Amino acid sequence: MKKRTLAMLLGAMMAASMLAGCGGGSSAPAAPAAEEETGEAAEEAAEPAAEGEEGKVLNIYCWNDEFQRRLRDHYPGYEEVDATHGKIGDVEVVWNITPSDDNAYQNNLDETLLKQADAPQDEKIDLFLIEADYALKYVGTDYTMPVADFGITDEDLANQYKYTQDVVTDGNGVLKGVSWQGCPGVMVYSREVAKEVFGTDEPDAIQEKFADWDAFVASAAELKAAGYQVVSSVNDTYRVYSNNVTSPWVVDGKINLDENIKKWVDDSKALVDAGYAGTHDLWSDDWSAGFYPEGKVFAYFGPAWLIDFCMAADTEGSIANAGGYAATVGPQSFNWGGTWICGAAGTDNVTLVGDIMRQMTCNEQIMTDIVKDDNDFVNNKPAMEAMAADESYGDAVLGGQNALGMFCEGADKISMDYISIYDQGCTEEFQNAMKGYFEGQIPFEKAYEDFCKAVVVKYPELTY
Amino acid sequence: MKNRKSKAVSYNKWGYIFLIPFVAVYGIFQLVPLVSTIYNSFFENYRSGLIQIGPNFVGFKNYLTLFRNGDLLFYTRNTLIMWILGFVPQILVSLLLGAWFSDPSLRLKFDRFFKTVIYLPNLIMASAFSMLFFTLFSDKGPINSILISLGIISVPFKFMSHVWSVRGLVAFMNFIMWFGNTTILLMAGMMGIDPSLYEAAQVDGATATQIFYRITLPLLRPILLYVMITSMIGGLQMFDVPQILTNGTGDPVRKSMTLIMYLNKHLWSKNYGLGGALSVMLFIVTGILSLIVFRINTRTAEGGRHRDRT
Repeated sequence: MKKRTLAMLLGAMMAASMLAGCGGGSSAPAAPAAEEETGEAAEEAAEPAAEGEEGKVLNIYCWNDEFQRRLRDHYPGYEEVDATHGKIGDVEVVWNITPSDDNAYQNNLDETLLKQADAPQDEKIDLFLIEADYALKYVGTDYTMPVADFGITDEDLANQYKYTQDVVTDGNGVLKGVSWQGCPGVMVYSREVAKEVFGTDEPDAIQEKFADWDAFVASAAELKAAGYQVVSSVNDTYRVYSNNVTSPWVVDGKINLDENIKKWVDDSKALVDAGYAGTHDLWSDDWSAGFYPEGKVFAYFGPAWLIDFCMAADTEGSIANAGGYAATVGPQSFNWGGTWICGAAGTDNVTLVGDIMRQMTCNEQIMTDIVKDDNDFVNNKPAMEAMAADESYGDAVLGGQNALGMFCEGADKISMDYISIYDQGCTEEFQNAMKGYFEGQIPFEKAYEDFCKAVVVKYPELTY
Repeated sequence: MKNRKSKAVSYNKWGYIFLIPFVAVYGIFQLVPLVSTIYNSFFENYRSGLIQIGPNFVGFKNYLTLFRNGDLLFYTRNTLIMWILGFVPQILVSLLLGAWFSDPSLRLKFDRFFKTVIYLPNLIMASAFSMLFFTLFSDKGPINSILISLGIISVPFKFMSHVWSVRGLVAFMNFIMWFGNTTILLMAGMMGIDPSLYEAAQVDGATATQIFYRITLPLLRPILLYVMITSMIGGLQMFDVPQILTNGTGDPVRKSMTLIMYLNKHLWSKNYGLGGALSVMLFIVTGILSLIVFRINTRTAEGGRHRDRT
């Protein structure tokens, strides 16, 4: 009897110990202590270091090498040392690049920012990058410094597109970040498929075929008959709808489904049912298979950064590599993504951060060079309008087409009035949850409920 | 008399000294986190953006939240289904292989080689294995290409969009990864059985099947019990394989989302309160299930032993 009790105890202990491994990971109570201090400490740290005593290390946090490449190619005096180190004058530039997958970038950034006040000067974040979907999460806090504190004046910012400033303006109207790029999106389509199916690859003619969503569906049917999908995944068109909404994702702490988002669901369901498009996750291999002719995909929706940075332009055999794409506005103007530069409170490189901001986002000459070299769409109206009118400029990926006029037109129409700090989580979970509905496994109501549950897990303060 | 007593005391001392490393490691890395998990489960404690909410004591509110939305049961079911799907073939194959390997009359050649080979899948990291399967079974992946070129199907089968193909793949991976380990454990158990029992049975004219069911299986019970409990605990904590295979979504329609994947979701908002409550629930469920398995097996095992003695 005694032995049995002992054995049972051991069994229970074994179960306990095995579980404790996972329990422990979830419960490490590191957070609370950090928070109490940071409120005031962040303010304290916000005081710039004394003049002339700037730090010798510039720490930059970002999620890919896009900004690194921009800085290397265009910032005067930047020398590359190795993949994660550079030099500007006698200041060492340290790149901390964490991919965005699974939120790793923000997790890393958050932990470092929360400890910012106590970190040694050379380890503090000086500059970090953010995306539109979660910009407000950082802009609304004291962890970002007003750009005015870096010596950026209204005059410097005069030529930028207004929406790029709306995204990073906090509740009190203070501008907390700047961007070198604008991200109006267009529809990029394969010229070869256009010729085969529609008999022409002229952007104007194709635009007529895709002038609104009804025309879009009709053309999709023609493409399907020829064995092509109009877009790789219905998630491709998501941003076109979500950027033309009339209400935010969350109203008074309650999850809100905008009409236009619902329209995306209905239209997409029809596309999937008719076999015009797939349901792959964005960035998955199945999604990007359409970058190659064998993928049999007609079009993608995206801004300049997608076309030149993500569509396998460097890979032999891709459509982009052969200059086989062309751009047209598509059914609706929209905006997708964008990268903003924020100065972290507590930086000891105020002058240098200010100069990087000014050179990369306000210097018309540098910005024109970025367009010419990298085909990015930069955040400078006069430069872009001049480039749009420049007949000699053309994007190799687009077969030499100058699509900047379309981008300029789109950029003026962009409204970012309905962004919220919940956009990232809501967008991800919405696309996830709707997949089951598109594939016919669950009705819309169930998919929407799953979405709400998943959002509440991510943002426990919300209700639905 | 006196002499003998002091000797015993000094032995005891060594016993305690040898226990210190275990107790210390157990205390620091398991008992403390366990207690702090339970403690945390009574607090509202999460991060909204960069703003920390709590910790505020809320009593059993986290548990209520968990029960009210009904997800707990749903994910427990998912987890158990995928575990059973993998465990049943695993135990059957392992028993068969174990019986073959431990049977000297078969005179297997290269048995060491095969024992190594069946253990090999366990050496691969689960996440790498899962990644590999994800690529193999993607819509435009090699498996679909092969099936199409063989003419078995005409359009790619979406493995990741069907509940039972995803669950099946998860179960299959767990099976492949763990059957070697189980085989080795069962083999150790089988080789510990007194060969004279087999000889006696053979002399009495028992067939191989009879020997397996009447001698091997009953005497293997303690090991089987161990295998079952460890596998169940591992199964309830299933995480890496489905997490990587479904990219953390538990798709299709969350039917391959396990309890720990759900727990992991709460860490997005650093929600230690709800996460803690979920861990405690998982702990209780595991404890209960372990006890049930243990009870059933010990009862029959004791019966068996009595029979042996008489």
